Amino acid sequence: MTMKRRLGALLAVGLLLGFGATAQAGATLDKVKQNGQISCGVPTGIAGFAAPDSQGHWAGFDIDICRALSAAVFGSADKLKYVPLTAQQRFTALQSGEVDILSNNTTYTLQRDTALGLNFAPVVFYDGQGFMVAKKLGVKSAKELNGATVCVQPGTTTELNLADYFRANKMEFKPVVIEKRDENLNAFFSGRCDVFTSDASALNADRLSQAPNPDDYVILPERISKEPLAPVVRQGDEEWDDIVRWVVYALIEAEEKGITQKNVDDMLKSDDPNVKRMLGVTPGMGKALGLDEKWAYNAVKLVGNYGEIFDRTLGKDTELKFDRGLNNLWTKGGLLYAMPIR
Amino acid sequence: MTDVTQQLPLAIEPPPRAASGLIGWLRANLFSSAFNSILTLLGVAFLAMTIPPFIRWAVVDAVWSAPNSRACAGAGACWAFIHEKFRFILFGTYPYEEQWRPFWAVLIFLALILASCDRRLWGRRLVLLWLAGLAVVGVLMWGEVFGLSYVGTELWSGLPLTLIIAVVGIAFAFPLAILLALGRRSRLPAVRTICVAYIELIRGVPLITVLFMASVMLPLFLPTGVTIDKLLRAQVALILFAAAYLAEVIRGGLQAIPRGQIEAADALGLGYWQRTRLIVLPQALAMVIPPLVNTFIGTFKDTTLVIIIGLFDLLGTINASLNDANWRGTSVEAYVFAAVFYFCFCFFMSRYSYMLEREFNKGRRR
Repeated sequence: MTMKRRLGALLAVGLLLGFGATAQAGATLDKVKQNGQISCGVPTGIAGFAAPDSQGHWAGFDIDICRALSAAVFGSADKLKYVPLTAQQRFTALQSGEVDILSNNTTYTLQRDTALGLNFAPVVFYDGQGFMVAKKLGVKSAKELNGATVCVQPGTTTELNLADYFRANKMEFKPVVIEKRDENLNAFFSGRCDVFTSDASALNADRLSQAPNPDDYVILPERISKEPLAPVVRQGDEEWDDIVRWVVYALIEAEEKGITQKNVDDMLKSDDPNVKRMLGVTPGMGKALGLDEKWAYNAVKLVGNYGEIFDRTLGKDTELKFDRGLNNLWTKGGLLYAMPIR
Repeated sequence: MTDVTQQLPLAIEPPPRAASGLIGWLRANLFSSAFNSILTLLGVAFLAMTIPPFIRWAVVDAVWSAPNSRACAGAGACWAFIHEKFRFILFGTYPYEEQWRPFWAVLIFLALILASCDRRLWGRRLVLLWLAGLAVVGVLMWGEVFGLSYVGTELWSGLPLTLIIAVVGIAFAFPLAILLALGRRSRLPAVRTICVAYIELIRGVPLITVLFMASVMLPLFLPTGVTIDKLLRAQVALILFAAAYLAEVIRGGLQAIPRGQIEAADALGLGYWQRTRLIVLPQALAMVIPPLVNTFIGTFKDTTLVIIIGLFDLLGTINASLNDANWRGTSVEAYVFAAVFYFCFCFFMSRYSYMLEREFNKGRRR
């Protein structure tokens, strides 16, 4: 064996030990129960999704997904340890067992699902990249943006998508690359660039909260990328994967069935067999997941259904005022479709 | 009797150009030549153009209290944001009801730092004081004894975290750096090689890389279930990094010691460690105070890099508070606040080092 080969073999063994050992079935739920808390990997701060409030309590859409999971597993929404993780750290933290779930605005992609040894829960937020322009330019479609100056944040998929889109449509653009989102927006609103590009939901929030006069700006109809955001768990622990998956479905299903934080106790008396199964009046679902029969009841009672979470953290009850858009129930023109709980 | 005080004829001369007083000072320092006069006028014009708008923004038009940034929108600074987030910026995600604990921890830290500035306390007593102080800080922050609830390091943030990382980092890096510097000048080849390799390796990579290695790579090579605390990993990384830089500064001082000093120590019959402790190090360290403090200041500011591994130091909590949906668009105020804070700390350090330098090098001043 040459020296080089021996090194290679050593490296392979090291990698196997490192990655392979992370996959053990059923271990996560046991570990979580033993610790009495779920370790939840969250972003270091994205308005509406995850940010500490003035008292230092984490709040936001990503946080509520973890709280619902905690409610389903423990019957209490606060058995959580929040671990703030940057985009670069998050997958290692999950692989190494430092966290049990990533609720971290992670885009669901093939490579992450396969090569990184991760499993994605159902998508909790559908987003896509869009363009914002000043109304006075009179632009109606992104196809008319040839030669435009575009404000964009560096090092993001946003920047790559932008280049791809213009190349695909044989158009030219001048990028103005600014690291910080706020400065980027200032540059745009002060007229340094014609176009600002970012995820569409955030664009609208920026327009409403940051623009000197929101009505002077429009968001073009094109969506140039798909950004489905989903919670992530380790590959190889199917039991834990199932729990996260079905908690997300339960939140969506609860909205569809009209079960809210307020009326969930009345819903226990419902005649709908679907509702009875979900809330544990008819037992069986909890046992199948290895949880208490009240798992979905607790999640909705303590955190709320999908719509309530959305309105409270991102939607109409907040300064961000995100539209439901694609993140509406399939019955209302959105993409949220929970698999049957039976 | 004739008058003996005879008047001497004196030519009436013009009064001398004022060489003292305000006008003299102005003339000597600001208007000594045409070029300097132009520079002075340009400087005054620049200040006149920038300072009044800044004062207007920061004081006159500023909004001091408001429920959210929308209510704050206007020409002036939104200090209401800092007011609202002040406790969060200082103590971050540490449980709100328990924040008196990091508050006292910070006070203890500041007291220790101030005590260390007094040369009369230098000695074994100060070391004991520091150990006791750090123990109290540890108990306050972690809890779990004396009826205090347990608070994990993932919740530590803000000012206490910045101080812990910086102070503990410098405190541990300094002795390590002395050993490395001595090792690099050792006559034993093995010791010398190891020290040179270590210093060059660490100096060859940026701090971000070291932090990333500690936070991202290290966990992959540990057995499953074994996780080393994130803060501890960052702390060790910073110590190792700072030690390499400090070692080179100290080596500069060691090299400046005249050979005669060492020979004299040998002639007195002192051994290696006695010679080093009593003769070499006191002179070497006194000589390198300015670059040493320079490195300290650098390390203090480098602590902000722990943001990239998801730790909320003071700058991290400032960044996090900008993500409150109710307080968007207030980043300028937030960063001005951060700048003022870091300036105060660093300026204190540099003034103190200037004082020390004058005191230690009295014998060498010309």
